[in-house]
Amino acid sequence: MFPPLPNPTTKPGGPKFGEADLIRRSASTVTPPAERQTEVAKLIDVTKCIGCKACQTACLEWNDLREEVGVNVGEYDNPHDLTPNSWTLMRYTEYENPGTGNLEWLIRKDGCMHCEDPGCLKACPAPGAIVQYSNGIVDFIHENCIGCGYCVKGCPFNIPRISKVDHKAYKCTLCSDRVAVGQGPACQKACPTQAIVFGTKDEMKQWADKRIADLKSRGFDKAGLYDPPGVSGTHVMYVLHHADKPHVYAGLPDNPRISPLVDAWKGVGKYAGMAVIALTAAAGMIHHILQGPNRVTEEEEESADKLAGGKT
Amino acid sequence: MTSQTKSGAHIRVRRYSGSARVNHWIVATTFVLLLVSGLSLFHPSLYPLSALFGGGEVVRWLHPWMGLVLAAAFLGLFIRFFWQNLPEFTDFVWVARIRHVLTGNDQYLPEIGKYNAGQKFVFWAQFALVGTLLVTGIGLWEAGLGYFEELLGLKATIEQKRWAAVIHASAAVLAIAIWIIHVYAAIWVRGTISAMTRGTVSGGWGFRHHRKWLRKEIDKGEIERPRMTAAE
Repeated sequence: MFPPLPNPTTKPGGPKFGEADLIRRSASTVTPPAERQTEVAKLIDVTKCIGCKACQTACLEWNDLREEVGVNVGEYDNPHDLTPNSWTLMRYTEYENPGTGNLEWLIRKDGCMHCEDPGCLKACPAPGAIVQYSNGIVDFIHENCIGCGYCVKGCPFNIPRISKVDHKAYKCTLCSDRVAVGQGPACQKACPTQAIVFGTKDEMKQWADKRIADLKSRGFDKAGLYDPPGVSGTHVMYVLHHADKPHVYAGLPDNPRISPLVDAWKGVGKYAGMAVIALTAAAGMIHHILQGPNRVTEEEEESADKLAGGKT
Repeated sequence: MTSQTKSGAHIRVRRYSGSARVNHWIVATTFVLLLVSGLSLFHPSLYPLSALFGGGEVVRWLHPWMGLVLAAAFLGLFIRFFWQNLPEFTDFVWVARIRHVLTGNDQYLPEIGKYNAGQKFVFWAQFALVGTLLVTGIGLWEAGLGYFEELLGLKATIEQKRWAAVIHASAAVLAIAIWIIHVYAAIWVRGTISAMTRGTVSGGWGFRHHRKWLRKEIDKGEIERPRMTAAE
């Protein structure tokens, strides 16, 4: 068993991280803090998950959100997808293992992965609407969000959702407000089987190693940690029994990375586009300086009058 | 300047009707507003431009609606000017002699109808780009896409929306560059702007730049005689 996080102190004190700890800020340049905070991570061990949805409930509860009553279409996923209110979702997959012939019930808690290289932040055009703290948490600052939905295009995991009510983007905050006072995320606190644990990223990797060794001893020789290098690692990691094929877990990307389209759009495209516009304007100015205006002469006016049968 | 001809002493030729001019200025106004609001989301250093509209949130909802207005108004221009913009042999001669065009030596160019090859290029390029911007813009329209998806019975994937973003930005850059050429040409070729403000150009302007068109308009009687004729 992973040692539970101690309860927070009751003594008043400031948050453990804030504005001064930003390492990235959307559509802005920030001077990174001299000292990076210890990176935190949430580890989701899908092999220990019993699919009780306590984490989903805890998330709604802590963040004071309500989900609409949905309809049953014959699956356990409820709601059927992430929504502006449901920032985490248990996704259930009935997987027929071709190796063993067993039917496996794979349950993955979906939600923001808190990428070290966040695509949402890269795509965001609104200064300060998405920030990344030096402890690794990627957070949406709703007062700066304009609701354009670019984060949806930037995200390699299809996580952000735009509210139809206030037209702002929502996703898991990794309970940045709880972490700021030394607490773990609400989902982790509610998990009855310790399928969700929270700590420093190093601690989580070590814990995952133990879990993977245990799984391998039980015959899951492809068990492994999901900490995808394509986005420079994530601050939400999975322990998977089939780490060689993450896609069997309700479409978890095998090798997520920021789409080259988003890179082109928000990288070189930004500068190339401005250059094309500036060069066209400059070409016009230079042409006019060299060539001068193209004026109609008096003779041409008279020729026109003549064509029209004028008296000139 | 002495070369400036005195208005009133020569014929003027009707080039654009009142409705064509209103149509043009609707497109022009929305284009500039779309350009400014679009650029504010294109490059972070231009984000402050969004303040002109009341902030990024206003830009987010206003830009698509202005885009729809532009697309509808542009269709009006397209229908109006379609026939005169069909390519003809003279266009190839004009392009081959682009050197004389740029040096303002119009005397070496063939007689030209209502539009030269450069104007036709602007017409067709903006037609293609407005169409592209409309389709990709709807793809990027967070609040409006759902309506069109339902209408067409399909669902855009995130990968398609990424393509829409890249294509929308690229097409916008090209449209802006062509718009700069369009505006510059109107300024460089003196006497052009009155076509869109007053609806007429001087006979000399027609004689110099669009002689074939001038002959036709004279035949049709689409000219205004000077009120006062110069003393003989």
